[in-house]
This record gives sequence, structure tokens and C-alpha cells, in this order.
Amino acid sequence: MNRENLNIAFVLIGLVLLQIMILNNINFLGYINPFFYMVFIFFYPVKKIDSAFLLLSFLLGLTVDFFSNSGGINAAATLFIAYIRIPVIKSVLGKTELEFNNFSFRKLKFNKTISIIAILTFIHHFIVFGLEYFKLNNIQLIVTKTFLTSIFTIILILISFILFTNRNAS
Amino acid sequence: MQQLISFIFKNKHFLMFLLLELIAISFTIQNYSYHRSKFVNSANFITGSIYKRINTVKEYIHLKEENSQLSKENVYLKNLLDKENKSDILNDSPLIDTTNTNQKYFYISSKIINNDYNRSNNYITINSGKNKGVTPDMGVINSLGIIGITKSVSNKYATVLSILNINSKINVKLSRSNYFGSLSWNAKDYKIVQILDLPVQANIKVGDTVVTGGKSTIFPEGILVGTIKDFNVINNNYEYININLFNDMSALGYIEIIKNFDKEQIKELEEKTTNE
Repeated sequence: MNRENLNIAFVLIGLVLLQIMILNNINFLGYINPFFYMVFIFFYPVKKIDSAFLLLSFLLGLTVDFFSNSGGINAAATLFIAYIRIPVIKSVLGKTELEFNNFSFRKLKFNKTISIIAILTFIHHFIVFGLEYFKLNNIQLIVTKTFLTSIFTIILILISFILFTNRNAS
Repeated sequence: MQQLISFIFKNKHFLMFLLLELIAISFTIQNYSYHRSKFVNSANFITGSIYKRINTVKEYIHLKEENSQLSKENVYLKNLLDKENKSDILNDSPLIDTTNTNQKYFYISSKIINNDYNRSNNYITINSGKNKGVTPDMGVINSLGIIGITKSVSNKYATVLSILNINSKINVKLSRSNYFGSLSWNAKDYKIVQILDLPVQANIKVGDTVVTGGKSTIFPEGILVGTIKDFNVINNNYEYININLFNDMSALGYIEIIKNFDKEQIKELEEKTTNE
């Protein structure tokens, strides 16, 4: 248990540093910077919803906000997808109850994993850009930015899944 | 009472979620109001020193451009100095009393350690703060032109509200006539900004130079902004005016912060007038 907590702490610090040092400076096509730090939502073990997870997600988002001077935008978005994570997984799998003990994204079918990741990423990015532009007449800009950036983030998340889940499972 | 406690206990996750979400939203809203200094900013000690570390690496990439820009500015200043000297000799002026100058602006040199330009609310972090006399609402420029206005200040760092921010409004004018407008940004392209509220009588042309207006206490008059790229007239009003910036906002290095010695006097005077 203790080792697991330490692991989570390292992942949190690593994700924040990766986000602010590299990913915030990519500027692909001029303005696309992936929000890869939200992979934490998929990394954190799927248990019955607990307060620690909500608090950590909030703090992760807030730290990214501190570095990018964006108020509480990332905190709000990350907290929101942390809260709806289990309902989304349940509805994608079509189950009313999950077996939390041996749940792993690795055991799911690939298309189910992708749809869970895609749904949560789109929601996260939509909240981020929606709060950033904050006006209804910018809706077109918000949707295009959400769509393009989400694709980039989803690709990065899938790559990280392929690289890292194997080792965690063993 | 028992029911209330059991209700709280049953819904504690939802209540916690609600509470944290409200905190996050209130930070966001606070971030949009221009005049309140924010709590969540990158001017604090931890973010500042991390950005400073990262910047020491990044600096090398832009060293060449930075050098050529500096040498150009040096040549310009030397030429200026030469002119001044000659006119002094011609006027045959007596001794100049340097203790009683009426210097209006003072420039503080500083360096950008983090620069955002691809979002709608862009902020820049710089490595001087209260320790070098930086306060909120001071103008920030470099040799190519205007950059922004300081916002939150900590002991060693400060954040700058970039001109690439939808909340930024700066008084500007045309360099060849005295028509004023305000500089704003529509969050689309970091090379292009817009002028609002310019009267149609200004009769602008593509290529006209735009400089700061000097109507505010933040910027001196005549600091470069950019040239007019294109515009459109509808119903005897300018529908939009786009400006090409002189500065490349994606590659900024060393900057100057402008301290206005007369600021307090002007503010005091204005307050007195409105109170009467």
C-alpha cells in the first residue's frame, strides 16, 4: 500500500513537469498543446470512488493552473472527469456494478478502452476550452480546439498505455 | 440532526466534489477580473524558480537573435546620443544641473522566464519582483515594441498581462495623426492584434504605424506597436482593423519595465477631480 502511494506521488510530479516543461511548448500547427497530464485519471487504480482520488485530481489540475496562469480551469476539468470516471466506465461496459478488485484497462476490449478514454478526454478538453473562452460566440473556436487537441492527447495516452500498462500488470 | 449527519455522510463524495468544483470555478472567475490580483499565478516562489531553471536551457536557443537585436539597439542609441551632443554644443548651453532633472520614466531591465502566446488569456512570467521595485500596473516593453502590463508581483517574480490577452486594453494612436483607439486581441493569431474605437475620420491606410498613445500613466507616448495590415469600413465605422506586431511574441527574451515617477501625482489629481 505504501509503495503504491509513493508510486502515485512520483507519477503526479512527473506528469506536472512533463506538462509544463515539454507539452505546453509543443504548439503543433500553431496552437495545439496536448493536456497529457490527465492520463492520471486512467492511471489511478479503479476503486470505489474515494475522497483521496478527487482531492489528488483537483490538486493536479490546480498545479498545472499555477504554472499556466489559468485560474482554476484545469482543476475544474480534471476534478469533473475524476468524479464521472466510474459512471462513464459503467455505461460504456453496460454493467450496473463493477468488480473493483481485478479491474484493469488491459483486460478490456480495445474498442471499449478507446471509447472510455475518448469520452473522458473530450469532456475534459471541452471544459478547459469552454472556461477559457467563456463566451457563446466563440463556440466554433471552442469545438475545433477541443476536437484537435483531444485527438493529440488521446494518441499520447494510448502510446503511454502500450508502454506502461504491461509492467504494472506484472 | 441525525438525518442531516447521515445525509452528509452518505453524500460526502458528492459534497466534496461540489465544494472543490466551486473553489476551482471561483479561481477561474477571479482570473477574469482585471483589477483583482489573483491567487493562482506563476509569480510565486516555486513556479518562478522552476521556470527560471527551465529558462536557463531555453535561453541558448535564442542567443543569436538576442545578440543581433541588442547590437541594433546599441547602434540606434549611439546615433541618438550623437545627435543630442551636437545640439548641446550648438546651443552652447551652460552646466546642466543633474541633481534636479525632471526624469519622468525609469526603466528596469528584466528577463522573461516563461511566455504563453497560444491561448486566449496569455501571461508572461518575468524574473524581477518587489526586490527590483516592480509593482502591479507597470508597462513592459522591449526594443521592438510593447509587450504588456505587470499584474501579480511576488518578491522575486512577477506576471505580465500580455497584449495577447482578451482582457488587455491599451491606449494607442496613429503615429502620423493624433487619433486614439484601444488595442485589443481576438485570440486568433499571435502575430496580429486589433484596434477598437478608432474614429473613421482617422482615414488610415495599410502600412500606417501604430504607437502607444500616452493617455495612460502606464506607457510613455510613442512606443512602437505595429503596422496596419488590413481594415474594413461599414456604415462609416471601422468594422475591424488588424495590426501586424513588430514584436514576435513567440520569441521574447530581455525586456524593460517602465516605472512612471509621476504616476502617483497624476492618480491623486484625477481622484481629487472626480471627488469634487
